[in-house]
This record gives sequence, C-alpha cells and structure tokens, in this order.
Amino acid sequence: MAVCVAVIAKENYPLYIRSTPTENELKFHYMVHTSLDVVDEKISAMGKALVDQRELYLGLLYPTEDYKVYGYVTNSKVKFVMVVDSSNTALRDNEIRSMFRKLHNSYTDVMCNPFYNPGDRIQSRFVCLGRAFDNMVTSMMIPVC
Amino acid sequence: MEAAAAAAAGGGCGSGPPPLLLSEGEQQCYSELFARCAGAAGGGPGPGPPEAARVAPGTVTAAAGPVADLFRASQLPAETLHQITELCGAKRVGYFGPTQFYIALKLIAAAQSGLPVRIESIKCELPLPRFMMSKNDGEIRFGNPAELHGTKVQIPYLTTEKNSFKRMDDEDKQETQSPTMSPLASPPSSPPHYQRVPLSHGYSKLRSSAEQMHPAPYEARQPLVQPEGSSSGGPGTKPLRHQTSLIRSFSVERELQDNSSYLDEPWRITEEQREYYVNQFRSLQPDPSSFISGSVAKNFFTKSKLSIPELSYIWELSDADCDGALTLSEFCAAFHLIVARKNGYPLPEGLPPTLQPEYLQAAFPKPKWDCQLFDSYSESLPANQQPRDLNRMETSVKDTADLPVSTQDVTGDDKQALKSTVNEALPKDVSEDPATPKDSNSLKARPRSRSYSSTSIEEAMKRGEDPPTPPPRPQKTHSRASSLDLNKVFQPSVPATKSGLLPPPPALPPRPCPSQIWAIMNSVAVNICIQVVEWSEQVSEAELLPQLSRAPSQAAESSPSKKDVLYSQPPSKPIRRKFRPENQATENQEPSTVASGPASAATVKPHPTVQKQSSKQKKAIQTAIRKNKEANAVLARLNSELQQQLKEVHQERIALENQLEQLRPVTVL
Repeated sequence: MAVCVAVIAKENYPLYIRSTPTENELKFHYMVHTSLDVVDEKISAMGKALVDQRELYLGLLYPTEDYKVYGYVTNSKVKFVMVVDSSNTALRDNEIRSMFRKLHNSYTDVMCNPFYNPGDRIQSRFVCLGRAFDNMVTSMMIPVC
Repeated sequence: MEAAAAAAAGGGCGSGPPPLLLSEGEQQCYSELFARCAGAAGGGPGPGPPEAARVAPGTVTAAAGPVADLFRASQLPAETLHQITELCGAKRVGYFGPTQFYIALKLIAAAQSGLPVRIESIKCELPLPRFMMSKNDGEIRFGNPAELHGTKVQIPYLTTEKNSFKRMDDEDKQETQSPTMSPLASPPSSPPHYQRVPLSHGYSKLRSSAEQMHPAPYEARQPLVQPEGSSSGGPGTKPLRHQTSLIRSFSVERELQDNSSYLDEPWRITEEQREYYVNQFRSLQPDPSSFISGSVAKNFFTKSKLSIPELSYIWELSDADCDGALTLSEFCAAFHLIVARKNGYPLPEGLPPTLQPEYLQAAFPKPKWDCQLFDSYSESLPANQQPRDLNRMETSVKDTADLPVSTQDVTGDDKQALKSTVNEALPKDVSEDPATPKDSNSLKARPRSRSYSSTSIEEAMKRGEDPPTPPPRPQKTHSRASSLDLNKVFQPSVPATKSGLLPPPPALPPRPCPSQIWAIMNSVAVNICIQVVEWSEQVSEAELLPQLSRAPSQAAESSPSKKDVLYSQPPSKPIRRKFRPENQATENQEPSTVASGPASAATVKPHPTVQKQSSKQKKAIQTAIRKNKEANAVLARLNSELQQQLKEVHQERIALENQLEQLRPVTVL
C-alpha cells in the first residue's frame, strides 16, 4: 500500500529507503528529504511535553497532488517516513498506524541483532542483516507495484 | 561470476562454447572445484593423463592433473571426457581456464544425466555433476542443489575438529591442498573418511600425506591413502559427518556411523554436538537456563571468522524471539548454523524445523535441576507468576492487619511474602523494558539474596541486640531504577522483624519509630494489643500476614523512625490495658497495636486476660480493615513517589540527550 518507505536516522541520514521501482525513485527520495523538515517541526512542537506523553505517530506530514506523506518517530529520534498514493483512499489512519507499528517492531528486531551497529544501513542482501525487515517492507508495498 | 564466466566464455574462446549461465548452486560448486584444482596447481601435479593439456603459466588455471582426476572421478568413459575437454575449449586454448572448467563441469553433468555431449546440452537446467572420489579426506558427492552440498566437508571438517575457530583460516589453506590429491578413478569401495583419522594424528598425517602426495605419482597415492583410511575404521560413505567432527575434537577416535540423521538433514543436531554446544554455552554463561547477552555472543561468534553479514543473518535466524539474547536452544541453533556455514552449507532461508527452539528443547530436555531452580526466574516475567505474586502480596497485606505472631512461623511466612513482594515489585519495574528480559532474571535473583540477608539480620535481632538505626528515607534522586530504592527501603524495614514483627513489604518506607506515638499512646490504653494477641492465637495462620501491613502502615504514616524506641517500648505494652477503640481514627493506635502485638505475643500468654471474644473479634476485623486501607494509602503514596522519580529520571535523560546532540558534530545527509 505504501509507495515508498524510508527509515531516517537521528542525524537525518537515511538508514533504509525503498520505493516501488516503477516510479522515479529520485522523486521519492526528494519527498522524504523534504518531509524531514516537517517531522522536525512536529517533534519540536511536542517536545515541550514530557517524553512519555509524546505521540510516536506523527500523522499526515503533508499532502501533495499525488501522494501523501506520513511520519512516525521513535523515542530514539529515528524517523519512519511513508509515502502513500493519494488515489488510494481506502487507506485509513488506523491502517497507517498499524503499518508504522509493524515497521517499528521490525526495526527493533533489527536493533536487537548484536551484529547490527546502530547507524549502519539496514542491508537486505542474501546473507545479511535486515532480511526480515526487508520482507516486512515488501509486504507493505505490495500490491501497489 | 556468471557474467565473468559468460564474458570470458565469449571473449576467451571466440568461436568457442556459448556463454554459460550457471545457477547459484552450480556456481558455488564449480567455483569450489575450480579453486581446488587451481590450488593444487602450486603443488605440482604428477604426470597427467595424455589428454590433459599443459598448464599455461601465469594464468589462473586449473592444473591438468587435478582436473583430470576430477573428470575421471565423474566416472564417465574416457571418450566422453575427451569430447568434453574438446568442447569446452581447453584443447583449443591449451589450458583449463575458469570458463573452460565450468563448461566442462556442465558437460559432465549433462553426460551424467544422459544427455549427449553437446554445447546445446548445457543450456538447460542440469543437476550438478557427480564425482565419486576416494580421497584421504573423504568422499565428495555433489548432489542436486536441493540436497546438501557436501562439497567442502573436508575443509572445514578439519578445522571444526580442532574446535578452535581461530585456527580455521590456516587450516583452510592447508586443507585446500590436500583434497585435490585424490587417487582413484574406480568407484570407491570404502573411501576412507577423513574423520576417521584421530584428531591429532589425523591432522599431522594429513599434512604429511598432503606433502607427500604432491610430488607422488598419482597411483602411488592410493596405497598411502588406503592404509590411512583403512586404519581408521570402517567404511563411511557419508560426506556430512563434519557435524560430528565437532565433538571429535575432544575424543581421539569416533565411530562415524551415527550419522543416519545426516543423510536427510544437516540441520539436525546430534547428542554429541548438543553436548558440545552446551559446554560452550556454559563457558559463556554458567546458568544453562539463562541467556547469553548479545555482546557476549557476538564476541564468541565473531571468532568463527565468518563475515559479519553472515553472522548477523545467522543471528536473525536463530534468535527466534528477537530479544537480543540467546537461550540455550537458540545458542545451539546459532552454533549449528555457523558450523554448517563453515562447512560450506548455504544458509537456509528460514530456520529449519529441527533448529527451532521448541524443537530443541523438546528433543534435549534440560536436566531437572536446571529447570526447576531457574525456570521460574529465567522466563521473562511469566504472566502467571506475576499475578500469583500479586495475590500473595495482597493476602499478606491483609493478613498482617492485626496479628502479632508467634515469631518463627510468621517470619517464615514473612520471608515468603517478602520474597514474593520483592519479586513482584522488581519485575514490575523491569518488565517495562521488554528488550532486556534477561535483566529481570538477574534482578529477580537479587531479591532472594536480600531475603536471606534479612533473615540473618532478623536472627541477629532476636538475639536481643539493638536494632540498627534505620537509614533516612530514600533519597528522591538515584541513579538507577527503583530496584535500588527497594534495596534501601527494604533494609531499614528488616530490623523491624527483630521482635518478631513481620517485616513489612519492601516497597514501603522504613517504619517509623513510634516513640512519639508511644508518648501519646501512653495515655491511651492499649488493651487492644492484648486482645489482638489473643485473637491472633485463635485466628488461622493465614491472617498472620496482615500484620505486615500494619508495620508498613505505621511506617508510612509516621515520620522517620527510631526503631529502637519501638522495641524498647513493647515490653511495657501489656501494662496498658485501656482500650480505646475510638482512637481508631488516629493512626497512632495502629503502630502501637502492631508494635505491641508481636511483642506481646510472648507476653500474652502470661496475661490470659479474658475479654469478650466476640467484641474483640469484631474490633479486630475493623482494625484489620483499617490497616488495609492504610496500607493501600501507603502504597499509593509510594507509587506516586516512584512516578515522580521516574519523571525526574526522564527529564534527566532528555537533558542528557540534548547535551549529547549539541556536542555531537552535525552530520551531513
């Protein structure tokens, strides 16, 4: 359902970014990059409250003509950005939330691997880290292909 | 490699064989074979058969001798082999380069499948070529890709036998020399399996035999190998015995026949392997039921010299619950995968069923002494345990409402209640961190020691020493989670048991010394204490525990205590006979009741004051209710205090993170 999924590290560099191959990937990279500003804005707005009261799901970051961009930030300031197709009206907020939750769970699983150094890219080659993560993202991106 | 092979095939031999497309399994096999043959080139192969082309110096080629051996091992007729060599282009170019070699292998596979030896045959999907070789290091069988690839068995076999990951690299190199020294074209009747050779003996022999074999004529190697092989034991035809070799490292000679399970599954762990894995586990972590942390396991597995991506993939496969730690079963699965990988097996897509933790646990049940002691602690806070502890704590709180105690019983009960409360309180804190359930184990283990220490203190107290002055109330700020808090909280409350008073639940602040309370109470008759004591005698033991709540309640309500006063007072309590149930509103009564209660337990007997039992009981029940309410209030207060501390810690953390961010250099995207 998602068209592009990205995991951005705390220092705002991408740990993982994947788009549906049919589209121009550069466009998605650019969208994700620009959405980081919105994410930072939302974080700082909420940051005044206590940490535990802060919502992890940021919601719709900004809509464009064709796409909508959703954001989610973890407690360690790792951001997940998801771009979905605007024409896909069946997608509701709850579904987006659940997708982010799955992303978060997969991400923590990747983190739990002691061979993963935080800050590394989440690779997904054959014998490498992040296969489960990649599979999970694939499941989220199908059937929109 | 495919592209290289294809390109080379296209470029190397212009009008030669068409580009070759190899599947992954084939690629692996072929490259291994090629490496083997090429590696042997340095050793100087013996005189090859006539059709072997000369080795062109300066190129990466497979030496003719080993290549010829290999081809002969494929058990194809010589004429077919001639054809193959011709077709693959070796004759034309004069040497076996990678492309030629691969094409030749593919043609061999085709021939073995019954297809005519033509270029067209190799375009289709073929099984891997099969080579029956009787080597000193065992039989190599290249089955279908679907089967286990037994190609590199002997190489890592030696290394795993050494049971030392650090030496694997050296051994690998040496090992590559030897496999090519295989004698024989005739079907092996009993290929002596390398494993049979005793470990220390075998390795040196291998080396010496490898060296010997290098220059030795082809046929001459056979007698060398045969005696070696026959000396070591019976026939073995299975290439997958490398797994058992792991255990061999500790035993000189092993029987090689117990590998029936290997035929089908390289992922099955045998008893010996399991033993070995468990020993390794113990060396890392003495408690077989506990976890190995991620960093410890990482260091250990890194020694296996596998690449980090592979190790991380193995970890992903084996850490089924993704908790960043390995249980015994997970560790065995991971170890097994590493061993398999070192032996050349490709890593599976998913965890094989025989390596699942549940399967491993069922197949190799832990010894009882392991399980029972630790299972209750090693589980990451089993849900059923927590409610159980909660229940116990609640009953304990209730029951301690009124009762003084016959010291021994209650202290015993107290300890249990205490333990349960501590267990329950601690895991509560720890359970908030799902990523470190193992921490809960260690934390849970601590309450036990604490309760033991409390026991000793109690006993010391009972001897009549003055109770130590209780430490001041726990500070609001502390560096760690509230478990430390509980430590501090618990210690001061321990002395409370001196006079047989039930130790309060550790979550509560130290009991105040009711010295000032006593001053007040002096004017208030405390006949109730005696009544309560008498009532306690009548009441079942289950109600002893409520006594606990009274101690904490008075602790909570009053200011920091001087317990010594409390204990000096009790002896005088029985004297006060005035019973003021109206004073229920004042908490003071409770402490006095509580304090007097246990102390007067001993003194009650000499004062068999006969009161109205029914009214006593009613009042006792009422006081019990009061106690419970107070205990609730105390606990609620403690909860709020802890929440406060938690918030403060949060804020500290945020501040620290901000500082860190400021200090960290900005990284550009």
